[in-house]
Amino acid sequence: MARSAPASAAEARAKVPLVEVRNLTRDFDVSRPWLNRMIERAPRQVLRAVDDVSFAIERGATLALVGESGCGKSTVARLICGLYAPTSGSILFDGVDLASVRDRGQMLRLRRRFQMIFQDPYASLNPRWRVRDIVAEPLRSHGLARDERALSARAGELLAQVGLAPGDGERYPHEFSGGQRQRVSIARALSSNPEFLVCDEPTSALDVSVQAQILNLMKDLQRQHGLTYLFISHNLAVVSHISTTVGVMYLGRIVEIAPTRTLFARPLHPYTRMLESAIPDIEMSGKPRTPVAGEVPNPLDPPAGCAFHPRCPYARGKCRVERPLLEPFEGAKVACHGVVEGWIALERAVETA
Amino acid sequence: MTVPLLEVRNLRVEFPSRRRTLTAIDGVSFEIAPGEVLGVVGESGAGKSVTGAAIIGLIEPPGRITAGEVLLEGERIDDLPPERMRRIRGRRIGAIFQDPLTSLNPLYTIGEQLVETMRTHLALDAAAARARAIELLGEVGIPAPERRIDHYPHQFSGGMRQRVVIALALCANPRLVIADEPTTALDVSIQAQIITLLKRLCREHGTAVMLVTHDMGVIAETADRVAVMYAGRIVEIGPVQAVIHDPQHPYTAGLMGSIPAVGEELERLPQIEGSMPRLDAIPRGCAFHPRCPRAFDRCRVERPELLAANRTRAACWLHAPESASPRARPGWSEGAVHG
Repeated sequence: MARSAPASAAEARAKVPLVEVRNLTRDFDVSRPWLNRMIERAPRQVLRAVDDVSFAIERGATLALVGESGCGKSTVARLICGLYAPTSGSILFDGVDLASVRDRGQMLRLRRRFQMIFQDPYASLNPRWRVRDIVAEPLRSHGLARDERALSARAGELLAQVGLAPGDGERYPHEFSGGQRQRVSIARALSSNPEFLVCDEPTSALDVSVQAQILNLMKDLQRQHGLTYLFISHNLAVVSHISTTVGVMYLGRIVEIAPTRTLFARPLHPYTRMLESAIPDIEMSGKPRTPVAGEVPNPLDPPAGCAFHPRCPYARGKCRVERPLLEPFEGAKVACHGVVEGWIALERAVETA
Repeated sequence: MTVPLLEVRNLRVEFPSRRRTLTAIDGVSFEIAPGEVLGVVGESGAGKSVTGAAIIGLIEPPGRITAGEVLLEGERIDDLPPERMRRIRGRRIGAIFQDPLTSLNPLYTIGEQLVETMRTHLALDAAAARARAIELLGEVGIPAPERRIDHYPHQFSGGMRQRVVIALALCANPRLVIADEPTTALDVSIQAQIITLLKRLCREHGTAVMLVTHDMGVIAETADRVAVMYAGRIVEIGPVQAVIHDPQHPYTAGLMGSIPAVGEELERLPQIEGSMPRLDAIPRGCAFHPRCPRAFDRCRVERPELLAANRTRAACWLHAPESASPRARPGWSEGAVHG
């Protein structure tokens, strides 16, 4: 017993997903100012940006959240990083509920283990700091370097890791191109030796050839350091390349979540299919496009029932009144009455017909 | 061959600055046939937007055209006085820009803007122009156009605004539309709608399009021919199928390889090392040679012009008759596919 105890403890630890999100919800108060509300008798208005979102990310895996503007994917990223507080629901990191941590020291130790990379490499780097100081900042704030010498040695090492020259540390952000700046952001994120990186559209502002460089770098770093990623993107092709699991969001909710290969081989939810068919067909195989009507509805006044029903070609009466829950379906999870009840034909059935 | 609708010859645009003069585009030549869609692709700073702006005479001063000429239906338009150019813009050449919000005046209803544009260029009375505006809004897919015509731009969503901008660009029945990144600011599902719409309308009206974008996917879906730009020059131009499936310039091949595709399982994406040079540091010879895996001596000293290469034309010495050899194909390692 005593002999196997440590092994089983380690095993149990490995079984706990590194990051788990349970029923995460975030409301934003977007009401008019108090005086307007009094005079115009306008009610308070609440925008539910993230609505009952749950997922888990295994160690070394990459979960991608995809969706169009305003679907709540970036809000999820910010909630996990602690930039917003959840309205309800919980975020577990390595089995620890972040909301339960009262001790500031423990919180700092936890926070050190995850970092964030932002979309805009122009806005996320302080223009008045040298790159070396930008990269070393997390080391300073977490007290991870003994002295200045160790600090600049580590900064040089980090820059080399992301494919920059150690001498680049003396330069300022404006001297770098967009792709190089994103490398600086990645070096900064890696400086505290995190296990988990939240990447919010890290390549959306970059040109395709530079995007390929950054995606390759992120994959290399993941392999070398055993990193776990939450990858936020609106680009399905990028997501199919980098992720192991994909969650598709629509109006604050996850409508489908599945292993990447499964999702792209057989998209279930009509919204996922719509997104997939909207990707311009570079191979020009002549595959017919499913025409997509309509736009994302106003999140302040989401449709009743399934939020996608006004745009869904398959919607029936039930979809307009009853909101579908995320349910397991053939190796995936999908929130769609039609798929679960079997009255929406699956894509592969269409193909064989 | 019929007379081209638009002909650009050896166009050069320079931006003088205090210290030196930057050349944004240099020696750019191409033609667009009536009703044809020419895609212009390239990465940020390649000069694709400057090319579009030069054609419609909207280069921001102090930038100016310093060489070459632009011919619209055989008539030179790059040296026209501003007043005459203004009459061509909107009437014979329409424009669609990336951000629909900045192309619309927030203080006027979309109806007022459409009617004003039409009445500036066409002999229509107010009632007829309004009727035509409603018809046009319906054509671009705005629901309830007779009611929406009196709304202001802020009352439309991004996708709907871009539809209004398309209606505005087409309202005087131009022969050519210059669309500069028309779908970049939009979500994917809306992007597909706008591309389909633009394509359909231009086919119906017989309008030629110069489509400027960084998105190869959009080009593949829309264009008849494509010009690939790099560091201010066209490096390859040809039928879209040929350029995408059988690129002849190493840069095009690298660019195509670096685009991730859904369902393609690659451990790593083929990447082009380095980045595009800045305008003040364009290398001698072929601007791509420092990043090119197949560069040889000649590339470092002599600048290549467009040369016939298989089904396209590429500015690459690999295609010079004297350097022709059985291996002279610009394959990007295993990235490029034969045939």
